[in-house]
Amino acid sequence: MTASLNARAAVAVLVALGLLLLPLYSSASGNIFLLTLFTRIVILALAAVSLNLIMGYGGMMSFGHAAYLGIGGYAVGILAHEGIGSGFIQWPVALIASALFALAVGALSLRTRGVYFIMITLAFAQMAYYIASGLARYGGDDGLTVYKRSDFAGLINLSSRVQIYYLCLACLFGGIYLVWRIINSRFGLVVQGLRSNEQRMQAIGFPANRYRLVCFVIAGTMCGLAGALLANNTDFVSPAAMYWTRSGDLMVMVILGGMGSMFGPVVGAIVFLVLEELLSQVTEYWALIMGPLLLVIVLFGRGGIMGLLGRFSRG
Amino acid sequence: MLLVVEQFLNGLQFGLLLFLLAAGLTLVFGIMDFVNLAHGSLYMMGAYFAATFVAWTGNFIVGAILALGATLLLGIVLEFVALRHLYGRDHLDHVLATFGLILFFNDAVRLIWGPAGLALPLPGWLTVPIQIMPGVYYPAYRLAIIIVALAVALMLYLVVMRTRVGMLIRAGASNREMIGALGININLLFTLVFGLGAALAGLAGLMQAPILTVQIGMGENILILAFVIIVIGGIGSIRGAFLAAIFVGMIDTLGRAFLPDLLRQMLSSSAASTAAPALSSMLIYLVMAIVLVVRPEGLFPASRR
Repeated sequence: MTASLNARAAVAVLVALGLLLLPLYSSASGNIFLLTLFTRIVILALAAVSLNLIMGYGGMMSFGHAAYLGIGGYAVGILAHEGIGSGFIQWPVALIASALFALAVGALSLRTRGVYFIMITLAFAQMAYYIASGLARYGGDDGLTVYKRSDFAGLINLSSRVQIYYLCLACLFGGIYLVWRIINSRFGLVVQGLRSNEQRMQAIGFPANRYRLVCFVIAGTMCGLAGALLANNTDFVSPAAMYWTRSGDLMVMVILGGMGSMFGPVVGAIVFLVLEELLSQVTEYWALIMGPLLLVIVLFGRGGIMGLLGRFSRG
Repeated sequence: MLLVVEQFLNGLQFGLLLFLLAAGLTLVFGIMDFVNLAHGSLYMMGAYFAATFVAWTGNFIVGAILALGATLLLGIVLEFVALRHLYGRDHLDHVLATFGLILFFNDAVRLIWGPAGLALPLPGWLTVPIQIMPGVYYPAYRLAIIIVALAVALMLYLVVMRTRVGMLIRAGASNREMIGALGININLLFTLVFGLGAALAGLAGLMQAPILTVQIGMGENILILAFVIIVIGGIGSIRGAFLAAIFVGMIDTLGRAFLPDLLRQMLSSSAASTAAPALSSMLIYLVMAIVLVVRPEGLFPASRR
């Protein structure tokens, strides 16, 4: 147990250090592309961390998590389009909008369990997708270009590659810290207890769905933040960000890294996106390798990369 | 009036097509408890096989039959090589593995057939309009889809409700472990059901192919619709899938046909023409959400465990 804990902790520390030092390497070697790629990875890792909170710890298999990416992004994009460029307005709106959507989706979806929950969260995300496609004023199907990144009154300049990278990284570490605090709190223990045995928890007197709903809303809000970051990083939002295959990508990252492990989603996001990048450099048909690879991971590598590490170091 | 009849038939045709897709999905879901996202890929493969074989043989019917066989074979191989090892696992594992298969199939198609879509031309005798009512003409091909799909639905009903294999399938849907304990070769039954589902998906794909273009990713949107249908209808229930499919097909088609005019009375015409398709697509998910909230087991649940 201690050995496996050490191996995982070592990986987490190494990855965190690597992410911290990446801009130094990138500017020293002049490889700007690396920084751009990793900004995206860090943002999606934040989304995966939030999904892991409900999926890994709460046992809620949401198949519509990309909706929050889109909502956070559209909040920034629409406000910028309407001439409100201040990040102090854009970002709170992004968070509140995601939280409200999560509240509505959660309140209805949590009445169901299992596959039905997977499907109903998917349905709500698809609704969000079609709403965004129907927004003629904001680009409809084609998406919306964000001409100006969020303005934080000189506090931070999001147009600087290094500054936006560190902002994203700070959000990611903040998100991981928040999840860590949550799952070690009384609230987090109740949510985890509900995943293990709902009936028993209810018998002790915990209102199951109220706890789950709060957890669901926290995760949605966190993913909304990732959406706001993503819109700033790519200068673009489109309905495609909410399509169900994007939710699938996020799920893959979480499961690949290891569900219910604190740092797993980060590792999963890095491995998935770097692999995608590397394979697409080798061959145009990268998914021909990626697809079967996923299948093999599911068949033989249960518990994801972090689980594998745990088993490996235990011998 | 003419338009209404025509759109009504279009809705019926689309609904029946969705039924073919949803029937296989609900059987696999209900009996093996397996979430197969790659079902949409089988639909796509059916369409690509059909386009290839029809061009190759020069005969629409022969090509379609060959394509049907090819999809059946593909489904059986897929089940045998990969998917059977996943039964009994967590639903999440199914989602992840079959998501990987979607990626694989999309790129495999791009590698073999190229990124551009294919067209599947119809033979002349299927393109003529047929008079179905005095003064109302309807394309022969769409009529043919309705007839074929209804025939397949009837056959499926007879097989499932009136034969021994069907009895086993129904028994499997209500209690998997029990029929295994009674000495039924469950692996064979599972492979058979999966192959049947694949063939139905392939049939839906090849019949839809001449109406839309055959392209990569064509199975993804329609797959989600099929999932919506089996959730509304109740997982494992063929009857539920049939009714829900017709219902969803109607909503989708009629919404697309009549919502723009309806909205135009309230909104400006350009806003209405972008909002209407989005709204009618949303309508289906709204219905599903309502059904799940009111009756979480679906409208026609197959079994009560």
